Amino acid sequence: MTAVQEKQTAVSSGVAADVNRKAKKEKWVRRIPLLPALIFTIVVTQIPFLVTIWISFRKWNANRPRLSGWTLNNFERVFTTKSTLLDLWHTAQLVLVVVLVSLVFGLGIALLLNRRFWGRAAVRTMMIAPFLIVPVAAALFWRYGIFDAQQGLLSGIATMVNHWFHPDAPASTVTLVSKHPLLAVEIALIWQWTPFMTLILLAGLQSRPGDILEAAAVDGATGWQVFRNLTLPHMRQYLELAGLLGGIYIIQNFDYVYQLTKDNPNTENIPYLIYKTVNAAGDYGLASAQGVVIVIATIVIATFALRTVSSLFREENAR
Amino acid sequence: MRWKKAPHVVAAAGCAVLLTVTAACGSSDNSGGSSSSSASSSSSSESSSSSSSSADTGSGSATASGSDTASSSAGSVASSGGSGSGSSSAPTSGGGTGGGGEPTRNPNTDGKTINVLMVNNPQMIDLQKLTEANFTAKTGIKVNYTVLPEGDMRDKASLEFKNQSGQYDVATLSNFEIPIYAGNDWMADLTEYAKNDAGFNQADIFPAFTNSLTVDGKLYGEPFYGESSFLMYRKDVLQSKGITLKDTPTWDEVADAAAKVDGAQPGMKGICLRGKPGWGDFGAPLTTVINTFGGTWWDKDWNAQVTAQPFKDAVNFYVNLVKQHGEVSPDQASFPECLNALQQGKVAMWYDATSAAGSLEASDSPVKGKIGYVQAPVKETKASGWLYAWSWAIEKASKNQDAAWQFISWASSSAYENEVGTQLDWARVPAGKRTSLYSNPKYTAAAEAFAPATLTALKNADPTNPGTQPRPTVGIQFVDIPEFTDFGNKVTGTLAANVLAGNGSVDDWANDTQSQAQAIGDTYK
Amino acid sequence: MSAPVATASPTTTAHAAPAASPRDGRRGAGGVLLSVLTWVIGLIFLAPIFFMVLTSFHPEVQATLNTPQYFAPLTLHGYREFFGASSGQSVWPFVINSVLASVISTLLVLALAIPAAYALAVKPVSKWTDVMFFFLSTKFLPAAAGLVPLFLIAKATGGLNQIWFIIILYTAMNLPIAVWMMRSFLADIPPALFEAASLDGAGLIKTLLRVIAPIAMPGIAATSLICFIFSWNELFLVNVLTSTENAQTLPAFLPSLVTSQALFLGKLSAGAFAVSIPVLIAGFAAQDKLVQGLSLGAVK
Repeated sequence: MTAVQEKQTAVSSGVAADVNRKAKKEKWVRRIPLLPALIFTIVVTQIPFLVTIWISFRKWNANRPRLSGWTLNNFERVFTTKSTLLDLWHTAQLVLVVVLVSLVFGLGIALLLNRRFWGRAAVRTMMIAPFLIVPVAAALFWRYGIFDAQQGLLSGIATMVNHWFHPDAPASTVTLVSKHPLLAVEIALIWQWTPFMTLILLAGLQSRPGDILEAAAVDGATGWQVFRNLTLPHMRQYLELAGLLGGIYIIQNFDYVYQLTKDNPNTENIPYLIYKTVNAAGDYGLASAQGVVIVIATIVIATFALRTVSSLFREENAR
Repeated sequence: MRWKKAPHVVAAAGCAVLLTVTAACGSSDNSGGSSSSSASSSSSSESSSSSSSSADTGSGSATASGSDTASSSAGSVASSGGSGSGSSSAPTSGGGTGGGGEPTRNPNTDGKTINVLMVNNPQMIDLQKLTEANFTAKTGIKVNYTVLPEGDMRDKASLEFKNQSGQYDVATLSNFEIPIYAGNDWMADLTEYAKNDAGFNQADIFPAFTNSLTVDGKLYGEPFYGESSFLMYRKDVLQSKGITLKDTPTWDEVADAAAKVDGAQPGMKGICLRGKPGWGDFGAPLTTVINTFGGTWWDKDWNAQVTAQPFKDAVNFYVNLVKQHGEVSPDQASFPECLNALQQGKVAMWYDATSAAGSLEASDSPVKGKIGYVQAPVKETKASGWLYAWSWAIEKASKNQDAAWQFISWASSSAYENEVGTQLDWARVPAGKRTSLYSNPKYTAAAEAFAPATLTALKNADPTNPGTQPRPTVGIQFVDIPEFTDFGNKVTGTLAANVLAGNGSVDDWANDTQSQAQAIGDTYK
Repeated sequence: MSAPVATASPTTTAHAAPAASPRDGRRGAGGVLLSVLTWVIGLIFLAPIFFMVLTSFHPEVQATLNTPQYFAPLTLHGYREFFGASSGQSVWPFVINSVLASVISTLLVLALAIPAAYALAVKPVSKWTDVMFFFLSTKFLPAAAGLVPLFLIAKATGGLNQIWFIIILYTAMNLPIAVWMMRSFLADIPPALFEAASLDGAGLIKTLLRVIAPIAMPGIAATSLICFIFSWNELFLVNVLTSTENAQTLPAFLPSLVTSQALFLGKLSAGAFAVSIPVLIAGFAAQDKLVQGLSLGAVK
């Protein structure tokens, strides 16, 4: 009895083990296609970051090759330097202003584009164009072609308007980059990112279920009521998605800050700060500490952002 | 504390011995320069005074050509291995002057490619245009240029040399970087190259530059063009307002003149002064004004002096002058912007580098012949002009050092000066580095408006004693320590953004800057 | 992310009629006014590009926008200068580097992302959401944070100023986006198709190639487009990690058009526009793909 029983349990456990092994094998078969991408990403993105953490605790300055050893001084300097905190603030300000304004513009323009009118495809194409200009090329043109006080388009418009009233006046000069450097960067970025928001939001608008809108129209709902009670709730996900993606890119913006307002302490953001710490100061320890701090800051923000995406995700999981 | 070494070496080498004028060095014996400085400077001044007189005789260097061919072939035999690593192996001198200073083919470097990083100044753009026909065709060496705006170029060069990544063979550095980099062994020693390359004629180079590019007796750079600073003004505009400027005006007189000529023509401002952030942009003219007002960034014991009254007076003076009578959006303006402004009649005066004159007097310049040149304005000192030379240096990690020297030997030669003169424009010659150029009748005829003033300015610039008090290290428009790059960029950035373009006060800026300066000074105490 | 997908109608292209909107019926003064407003806004957004192109065809002396010279004679001078007419600096090595970096990195991204997306969408591995978020989170890591180690690693491995190093970095940069996009596209393919394929005894590779690839083609196109654009545009990394025409791409070359003497706006405009042309063509040619791509595949 006991022997048989034992045998049976042995068999069953053997079967179970077999099933287990099969399941495990099956799991691995499923995982294999994922592994190259996963390993590649881990190696290329995580290892440098680990090295960053290591260097951030080292005394390492290219100007002083003989310096070495462990230190906490890099982090101390990050948090005690007023300009670094200011740079964090600029980074946050850039992201918030550019994302929010582009979202509002984008929603407005998407609503306008969602109507049927003459030349709709042409206007839509025009609206996409700014996003398709290489950022550094756009930044250079904004700097020298538009914002430049002597030869720029803004000054040109001012001159033109001024000439209506004073035909003999010398050319006007508009000094936007000097007076409001951060605003200048924001204007250029909003110009480039509004099309991005518009495209995503327009797609969202066009996916509104038509029958409900018709019903609303039959019920005599006003445009505002439809917008407030039907469109906006439907658009929430799209707004979140567009905002999240825009934020990811703008938090890392370097091209515009660097080309439009070089060495200006009132627009400097974290990527540019790190670039300067590496290049001008040659202080690799400090630059790494700055990198670690910005990553921690982004992770905090990203957690909130990811929670948003998560909610979108759960709906799919439930499918 | 730990980093005293390099600056003191610099102080020793930096005594301004320009041309044959040695008087300026006498005062530096009492100043910040260490005792060794007088010894080395006096010996170098002797050799320079004797050799420069011989170099005065000819613009070409026909006398040297015979011996050059011999030494060039000897050199190439000695280093047939090809990978000459600076001082240890005998370098070739292929770039020498066969006859009139022509570059020649050298079997060891023929067909090689060198990478050159340089700033996008007009003189360098000319060089880029002339390279194919005048250098590559004759030597077989292909030159790849990377040309960048000054700030980007400095970033790139510092990253490159500090890491010895070996991507560039030659870069435009200056008498600011070279003494610092030499202390860390980041550059190839050019002493032997220059010595064996008879056609190059090192003695013809202004001794002040040879000295400031020499560290511990080793030569690390060759100037492409040298400059001081002076005041340029529209003769017609100032005359129309009845203003005449002395040969060395005071800053107060210049400020008065700027007020009077402001608006002399529609859209014309009084004066252009750099305000674009950067230690080499805004920082350069500002520091010369600070010097002549009796201020300094640090005293000889490395105590920061930013909040001292003369310093603040100087900054207030500069900022107010620009704000009241200066160019439009000064925080965006540096050398190129001011050059354009003066050429297009948007300003009447301009205080900047002497090398600007070449562009102003070029045959296609709209203001050619209309510009007057006087010395840098002063207040408490006798002269206030800066001293600067964009100079070629070879990266230590370069694998093509022989070819790189051939390139330098050509670019800094008097033969190249002739090529610019004959093929482009005599006014555009990269000047201010060779004595012989100033006895070349073609050049002096083309540059008669500004060459004398340039020479005087170069002569009077003394990097060891630029102000009214002893200094901890050399430098007129800069302080020769590695930290000055980042520090200078930052504080000129806040000054430009908050005071020049905004409504911030100089006092607030000075208080903030003082603490940063003191933190740096403390590391040297 | 499929909530939008689930409700998305296939009417998202510009040319297709939009879902019926109550406002479509409205005509008259208000409607005309709104249409004019839309046109004006479109023109404002286009204006910088219009002036960029206009200036690029003007001789340097008249290439000023204060005030704009609408009727200045047209010339190709700016473009000739951009291609190195007088400087002797050929732009072609930079063009080749740009093409190599963006095309090869895009191909690598596809090769890695498609199998990964398969494993995440069709027969999802356990904890596949965690994997997805891991991918997305790497996009949150600012490139600046890794700048020092990347430089040091490049130097140590001989990758400094080498195009292959840039390609690897661009692949890593775009891979998370591509995985997200491809997963969302593959998730839309009916699972039955995959099952049928595996019943046939077709192997995994065959399944991918024969069945999935054709259906997923639009998604692959959208993914490639986005990866191409982001690689083509990238400046920060290339600025620090490359130094000469051996590996520098066009964005790193552009700033060298700013010269310190006299006039360069015509040349700069020409360069800025010329560099953007491939992206403009790709973007306009695939407008609706662009939306899919930008939204990581969430919007179709």
